[in-house]
Amino acid sequence: MRIIVVGAGKVGTSLTAQLIREHRVTVIDQEPKLIENIINVYDVMGVCGNGASYEVQKEAEVGKADLLIATTSSDEINILACLVAKKLGVAHTIARIRNPEYETQLRFMRGELGLTMSINPEKAAAHEIARVLRFPAAMKLESFSKGRLELVEYRLPEGSALDGVRLLDIYRNARARVLICAVSRKGQTTIPSGDFELKTGDKIYVTAAPEHLSAFFQYLGVFRKKASTVMIVGASKMCYYLADELLHMGMSVKIVDQSEARCAQMSEQLPRALVIMGDGTDSELLAEEGIDRTDAFVALTGLDEANILMAMCASRQTEQCKVVAKINRRSLMDLVSSEGIIDSVVSARDVTTELIVQYVRAMEGAAGSQIKTLHRLVEGAVEALEFHVDRDPDLVNVPLRELKLRSGVLIAGIVRRDGEIVIPGGNDTIRAGDDVIVVTQDTALQELRDILRQG
Amino acid sequence: MNTRMIGFLLGRILMVEAGLLALPLLTALLYGEPLMPWLATMLVLAAIGWGLSLRKPERTALYAKDGFAAVALVWLLMSAFGALPFVLSGDIPNYIDAFFETVSGFTTTGASILTAVEPLSRGGLLWRSFTHWVGGMGVLVFVMAILPMSDGHTMHILRAEMPGPTAGKLVSRMSDTAKILYGMYFVMTLVMIGLLLLGGMDLFDASVHAFGTAGTGGFSSRNASVGAYNSAYIDIVTGIGMLAFGINFNLYYFLLMRRFRDVAKSEELWAYLGIVAFSTVTIAANIRHLYGAVGTSLRHAFFQVSSIITTTGYATVDFDQWPGYAKTVLVLLMFVGGCAGSTGGGLKVTRVVTLVKAAFMDMRKMIHPNAVVNVRMEGRAMPEKQVRGVQAYFSVYMLLYAVSWLLLSLNGFDLLSTFTALSACINNIGPGLGMVGPTGNFSAFAPWAKLLLSFDMLAGRLEIFPMLLLFVPSTWRGNRLRRWEKRN
Repeated sequence: MRIIVVGAGKVGTSLTAQLIREHRVTVIDQEPKLIENIINVYDVMGVCGNGASYEVQKEAEVGKADLLIATTSSDEINILACLVAKKLGVAHTIARIRNPEYETQLRFMRGELGLTMSINPEKAAAHEIARVLRFPAAMKLESFSKGRLELVEYRLPEGSALDGVRLLDIYRNARARVLICAVSRKGQTTIPSGDFELKTGDKIYVTAAPEHLSAFFQYLGVFRKKASTVMIVGASKMCYYLADELLHMGMSVKIVDQSEARCAQMSEQLPRALVIMGDGTDSELLAEEGIDRTDAFVALTGLDEANILMAMCASRQTEQCKVVAKINRRSLMDLVSSEGIIDSVVSARDVTTELIVQYVRAMEGAAGSQIKTLHRLVEGAVEALEFHVDRDPDLVNVPLRELKLRSGVLIAGIVRRDGEIVIPGGNDTIRAGDDVIVVTQDTALQELRDILRQG
Repeated sequence: MNTRMIGFLLGRILMVEAGLLALPLLTALLYGEPLMPWLATMLVLAAIGWGLSLRKPERTALYAKDGFAAVALVWLLMSAFGALPFVLSGDIPNYIDAFFETVSGFTTTGASILTAVEPLSRGGLLWRSFTHWVGGMGVLVFVMAILPMSDGHTMHILRAEMPGPTAGKLVSRMSDTAKILYGMYFVMTLVMIGLLLLGGMDLFDASVHAFGTAGTGGFSSRNASVGAYNSAYIDIVTGIGMLAFGINFNLYYFLLMRRFRDVAKSEELWAYLGIVAFSTVTIAANIRHLYGAVGTSLRHAFFQVSSIITTTGYATVDFDQWPGYAKTVLVLLMFVGGCAGSTGGGLKVTRVVTLVKAAFMDMRKMIHPNAVVNVRMEGRAMPEKQVRGVQAYFSVYMLLYAVSWLLLSLNGFDLLSTFTALSACINNIGPGLGMVGPTGNFSAFAPWAKLLLSFDMLAGRLEIFPMLLLFVPSTWRGNRLRRWEKRN
């Protein structure tokens, strides 16, 4: 496909890096320096100019593109760029819109202005944090089939009960129907078979129905209840969305920020939250506000370094607390998550990129197959996809043991039409109308058929 | 420096060169000439290439200096190995001579050390001209396009190999861009061969001259160059052909895409055509007394102007005999060169236009010290940085020129011959005036002078910086530091 990315900022660049493998990408940005950088590093065409201008879009041959993604820092330019592209004949347009004022008129914009998708990075990231807080034992949690099946990322800590245990033994002893579908060890990712042995420090990816997942973590002895009191440092936009969502889930929320103006605004917008003016790095203050009685601590200030330090401080003060930090820079993120210093790390850029890539992949497959959900694991090295199955004679009603799958592909779960969850074994079959979750190292699957070995 | 990746790249290129040698091999087979020189060279190239590219390095990224170094090394090595068949077949027994001839081929210069080309083997003649065709569009970009190996950072290579101050892609993917460029190049060359066949050349001569025209090189299979055919049709077809290959290839793509307005907007194209028209008419007036008829003098003037401005170097007449004005114009045209993004050499029209405009701008600034002025190109103000880049290129160019001139004069030839020999090499033209005029050649130069001129030809083709960077210690230093660390 031909894809136009307007805005070569953080999200634009990370999107380009993802899309470049399978698509022809043209990047538009006003800043010559950014364009120069991006064409030096990636095999893309760069156009320098205002992405919302008709002339510039003409020059970039936007009319021939299949998709335009506008990710500049200005909502208005993004909306206008999509509008112009629509008039030039682009079928799909995605805009990054972060101002809550526009949030309320999204329906109008989709219908009347022809935006196919709008993304609010802060809101999306807040949603991801909220999901993790619902299941604090995991580093990350994704769901399929409207939450009927979940996929969690979990890092084996020092002295874990799973150290040196074969997967088959886990399945036999755990009395919970789970499947470990991917293991990442020192940057190497494997889709494990039954006699794979786990080690301390491995990151594992587990799929199961929610109740089995809880049972599994209880068996491991690391289960934590859903967080009920949460402390958030940094009254940013993301904080607003997160607090709002958490309050709706019935949790109690404390917000700490140094700026009086931001505190005042926050307390006006969120009357049910407790807003405290103070320094989030001050351990005295944290103790006073009862960090040891908090279930989760979320650092959301604008500075990566401050977030990391605060999160480290918080996890030093209390054992129980689930610690989440917002980190934008990739290098810092790798450092922190590989050392296991902080429980979970979230970046608005990555969440946005993931959502857009998911949309693009679904768009590609729209012709025949139906990718319903896509989650990228281990920095994109592995993908978990949910397909809807029609009547495909090669797949339907064939016992899984008889399917000739490609290497690096695993069927991680089947959701029946009636909502029954199957963690598949060799005798199970896929039936027409099922949703099938596939975990794969081949990041170019477009159809469920592609999991079969060719020929 | 990512030496592993550069080595891998060199290996791949040498294997491609082995493949390219199949064409002269086939020719030798057809004409019943000995095959040994070709087969032996192919074997050597394939063996070394295979050894170098045995294992793909883990780190494939090529940064700016890696790109420059890779391009310079590729061109050096290709010439060094491309010279082998001449030595082995006895066409050019001396290796330095053969190296000069091959560099001259790949850089599309067309300067020769041969006193007579007709006794050469057919295979050798075809290879000589085929190097023009390969070197015209650039080898590395082509190879990277058909054999994708690096997952990014390819822009530096395009920039180092493409002639002109700015390198741009036609479409978003590098490989597609290269395919489009080579596609147009290939088709235009075929058309050229067809037109020459219609003019009564045999297939061999037509191919040799089409390769020379397409790459704007200038090697011929006849001692008297294109003049040997003494045909107005061939002169005009070749003249227009050279002119066409001296135009920025992006414009042909715009034509194909029916973006006529973009073509018409190209200031460089109009300047180029304007210079050609002006030079042709004034030279024709200047040489009229030599040929009598207006038509004949126009024809010779046009052919020579087209041949020199595109830096091809074919000749229909001995222009060394022309009057002073005509020769001066030709020497000036040597420096102008073709358009950016074409197969031509020289400074490039767009740089000349920029330099002239910048000079006027500076003059206006002298008169109105507080005026805010800028260099306008195609209706847009050119970024200050780009103007400075062109000026910097010009200074380095002149510096290289001065140093080379000084060194070359030590060889003891007259001023005109030394000056035009150097100009012809640095601008990738071929013949100069005096001793190296259309009827002369470069054989009299000492071996060291030939190596110096070879370096200048490569520097001219690669736009100086890649070749110069090979001599800057810090290009290599990163590696040395690591080696030092390892030792301690």
